[in-house]
Amino acid sequence: MFDNVWLIPLFPLLGFLINGLLGKKIKNETVIGGIGAFAVLCSFAVSCMTILKLLSLPGEERLANVKVFTWMTCGNFNADIAFLIDPLSCVMIMIVTGVGFLIHIYSIGYMHGEEGFYRFFAYLNLFMFSMLLLVLGNNLLLMFVGWEGVGLCSYLLIGYYFHKKSAGDAGKKAFVMNRVGDFGFLLGAFTLYWFMGHNFNVWTIQFTELGKNAHLLPTGGVVTVITLCFFLGATGKSAQIPLYTWLPDAMEGPTPVSALIHAATMVTAGVYMIGRMNFLFIRSPETLMVIAVIGACTALFAATIGTAQNDIKRVLAYSTVSQLGYMFLAMGSGAFAAGIFHLMTHAFFKACLFLGSGAVIHSMHHALHHVHSHDDAQDMRNMGGLKSKMPLTFLTFLLATIAIAGIPGFSGFFSKDEILWQAFANPHHGQLNYLLWGMGAVAAGLTAFYMFRLVFMTFFGECRITPKAKDHLHESPMVIVIPLIVLAGLSVVGGYIGIPKLLGDLFGGIPNYFEHYLEPVFRLSEEYMAEHAAHGVAHHSVALEWGLMGTSVVIALIGIGIAFALYVVNTSIPAKFTATFPALHRAVYNKWYIDELYDYVFVNPCKALGRFLWKGFDVVVVDGVVNGVAKVVMSFGGIIRYMQSGFVYDYSWSMAFGVVVILGYYLFK
Amino acid sequence: MDMITIPAVNMTPIMPEIFLSVLAMALLLINVFVPSGQKSYIGYISFIGVIAAAVLVGTGWGMHVESFNGAVVQDNFASFFKMIFLLAAGLAILISDQYMVREECNHGELYPLILFTVVGMMLMAAGTDLMTIFLGLEVMSVSLYVLAGFNRENRKSNEAGLKYFLLGAFSTGFLLYGMALTYGATGSTRIADIATFAAQQSLPSSNVMLLAGMLLMITGFAFKVAAAPFHMWTPDVYEGAPTPMTAFMSAGPKAAGFAAALRILLVSFSTMQADWSQLFWVLAVLTMTVGNITALRQDNIKRMLAYSSIAHAGYCLVGFTAGNPTGTAGIMFYMLSYTFMNIGAFAIIVLVGKKGEPNGNVMDFAGFGFKHPALAVAMSIFLFSLAGMPPTAGFIGKFYLFSGAIQKGYIWLAVIGVLNSAASVYYYLRVMVYMYMKEPTEEFDWLQVSAPIALSLLISVTGTLVLGVVPSIVLQYAQEAIKLI
Repeated sequence: MFDNVWLIPLFPLLGFLINGLLGKKIKNETVIGGIGAFAVLCSFAVSCMTILKLLSLPGEERLANVKVFTWMTCGNFNADIAFLIDPLSCVMIMIVTGVGFLIHIYSIGYMHGEEGFYRFFAYLNLFMFSMLLLVLGNNLLLMFVGWEGVGLCSYLLIGYYFHKKSAGDAGKKAFVMNRVGDFGFLLGAFTLYWFMGHNFNVWTIQFTELGKNAHLLPTGGVVTVITLCFFLGATGKSAQIPLYTWLPDAMEGPTPVSALIHAATMVTAGVYMIGRMNFLFIRSPETLMVIAVIGACTALFAATIGTAQNDIKRVLAYSTVSQLGYMFLAMGSGAFAAGIFHLMTHAFFKACLFLGSGAVIHSMHHALHHVHSHDDAQDMRNMGGLKSKMPLTFLTFLLATIAIAGIPGFSGFFSKDEILWQAFANPHHGQLNYLLWGMGAVAAGLTAFYMFRLVFMTFFGECRITPKAKDHLHESPMVIVIPLIVLAGLSVVGGYIGIPKLLGDLFGGIPNYFEHYLEPVFRLSEEYMAEHAAHGVAHHSVALEWGLMGTSVVIALIGIGIAFALYVVNTSIPAKFTATFPALHRAVYNKWYIDELYDYVFVNPCKALGRFLWKGFDVVVVDGVVNGVAKVVMSFGGIIRYMQSGFVYDYSWSMAFGVVVILGYYLFK
Repeated sequence: MDMITIPAVNMTPIMPEIFLSVLAMALLLINVFVPSGQKSYIGYISFIGVIAAAVLVGTGWGMHVESFNGAVVQDNFASFFKMIFLLAAGLAILISDQYMVREECNHGELYPLILFTVVGMMLMAAGTDLMTIFLGLEVMSVSLYVLAGFNRENRKSNEAGLKYFLLGAFSTGFLLYGMALTYGATGSTRIADIATFAAQQSLPSSNVMLLAGMLLMITGFAFKVAAAPFHMWTPDVYEGAPTPMTAFMSAGPKAAGFAAALRILLVSFSTMQADWSQLFWVLAVLTMTVGNITALRQDNIKRMLAYSSIAHAGYCLVGFTAGNPTGTAGIMFYMLSYTFMNIGAFAIIVLVGKKGEPNGNVMDFAGFGFKHPALAVAMSIFLFSLAGMPPTAGFIGKFYLFSGAIQKGYIWLAVIGVLNSAASVYYYLRVMVYMYMKEPTEEFDWLQVSAPIALSLLISVTGTLVLGVVPSIVLQYAQEAIKLI
């Protein structure tokens, strides 16, 4: 049925091999970029065929494990190279290949003339390969291979400008923080495998098999430990508290990388992983609560930081952290479909925003370069008035901003509203729900504020660079603009496949297609939830739902209004505000000093410990033992070499000796 | 007067052997008419012959045919090993041409001799009668003695041939004596009959003649696979023999020795497994340790790989000690992997060497990575695989050998094996340190890659990596084959 699904990750792998091995010789940018983009296009085509085939099946049959070959077998342990096709993985491959393809196209224009152009495309294709492996893998091990692969590519691409120290540092930071998370993932996987095998004789790492046997698992207890380990992995990859600080630094990478890896795809891997193993998470109310709380806190916390950043990409980075927080809030509320829905709409509008910011930076950089200015091309304080210079970029950017701000009718509204409602109405966290909803709603207001602050500072008002440089500002080439237009279009209409029931009923019973589509994946969990919910399924009135929806829209509008007042009407207020509350501003601007705190609490003690282990333990004890052993072994080698005299009679004596000893031992024992 | 009944003879099981023998004899005759500059063509024809033989072997896969009154059999176990021999021979032929031309000893007899060796090895793997196995062993050995001393102008090569011959003859004495004792004890040389006899004994190991026969046969095979303390010929012979023949000897005959020993011990002496497992435990530990520790001190790269080859035989003996499907299938998988990675490494050594090989030391690889990046990467892959690092074939092979031992409860044996493997990393990576971290002292400008060597490298690299990433495509055949002997 889905026999050709292995082609999906194969194409980018081939692209990687071709560009990676021959790219240096090819030199021609069009060819290199073409190979990279074409590989992803092929994957996209196969993905489309796959999802169409899937949709042609009745709901309960939409599940297939496609085994390509047995990877390894050892005793009870069996790992296949096999792919899992179900509605969830299909929606992921569509996002990854679709958005990925657009970003590849964009990169051809954006990376034009960069040194190591082929390297960029090789890494990008390798990333696509790993990401597709991650979402398609039908077992924990294959998923982990993808999980590590995307981490590696992220590291390589963040440090793409490796001659810049800050880029290299950012890459390392991302890598190390991800390693912390990966450790959690591994612990979770090992514990799960062992626990299922040891107690229920279910030795498997395959998701479908695990899901089938999940009913054997207890509620809470070990499951809480396992799921918390997995969630630690998710916080690393998806930049949640406490492991989020690498993501803003990751903006050192080229902008298409930020759009693809650090907004649309890789950072959502944690959300996907929870969705994939929903049968597990649903069995631990404690973990769900932790996820919901961490998600809500991250959403709010990152949003506050976003309000005070001046670097256009950093604002978007914090916005990404914050939006990922929403997704985790949804997952923690047991609203898996809503979380995945937001993952999808976010991929559209955030990719559009990042690519738009890239176009702006590109243009700014060009203009500043022309007049030999060393001003920062990414600092919004240098921008302004770009609306007329880059009308298409502006328009697409504005649409995506409206979408993320949650204005009704745009995609972000549908998904975010669904999450907020589920946070409020879910049966898991009791009274805590009100707080979760509140945090989410405030974060939504802040989102609207900082996003429009960004739009106003960048595109409205007076241009703040020198008039001479201003003349060099211009709209980007079509290869950059077309992906923007497509993504902006998706940001607008992408939400209509998942209209909340409330609104759907209003318009004559339009069903929530998206939720319905994902239902087979999450059905068992929903049934389980209905039975075991800690606080019973509460029945809320329709009026309440309308009220909450209205409230969040109003909060968003207020956010936009404040942004308008501060950055368009009276631009002196922000400065005054800063002067009045200098401590608060400094704290927010410096990201609440979390990096410094981590340095103080973790990094420096670790360094000190490392230095001790190096100078004290390693050099003296370990090296001493190792060198001692090596000396002994080497001298043995010398003895044997001495016996190796080169004379045939010595050798025959050795053989005779061996025969005599063997026979003597056995015959006279 | 008794009628002598001539048994019905079915030739199918030995079709590849017949084909290769006829080809080899024909080539020997044709060789006379080939002018001395054109001997390469003999090599090309031999290579095609090897491929054809592989096709013949492949078409017989899955069949089980006994013939010659139970003296030979065609089964998957034999076919699997035959494929290893043909692969080793094919790769050896590919790397021979350039070397032999360089050393000015490109006599056409080389290739028929390789083919005869293969015929001998095939009979060892397919033989189900001690006599057949012995016949195969002698055909193989005699050809190998000549191959080791093939470079007759070179004193070291002569020495290698002579030493190999003398010590080989010595060890064959033990082997034959063991076979004779077994015949005396059981009244048959057929492997199956010996098994039946042993099964009827309440305590087979109390039958002194049978026990001594088995032990002496084991020592004979221990010589062929270069297990300590019967290994001492190996470094001298491997160092002196022409490099492509060293590559061939380290892979093919060793696999043949394991094939024959596996069949005899697993079938005939399965009831005495407790006895031979104990012996193999000691041999494995000795072999691994002696091989690795001595390799640490070697500067000559061929000598180093000779000791490393001893160590690898030791790893296989770990699988032998376990004697279970995982371990024994592990041996088959490992010998195949070893063929790829070791002949690959020797191919690089052939390329780097100058005439007479004055530069055969590890130090002579200094800066090789900068001068010939592609070749150095290939060499690194082989070395990584020899050291047993993922994702290469060597890692998977060792993994199965050691897990076989663990399944049988030989934890300490596996621990010793892993420690040995860790020690071996030192001398393999030492080559890489010279390749990548030392300044080049040579320009390597004499180095030319001929098409056959390039092909052999391509095959070796692909094999090493594919077996490392997708071991199951081969392993399942090995597991299938070992079940049915």
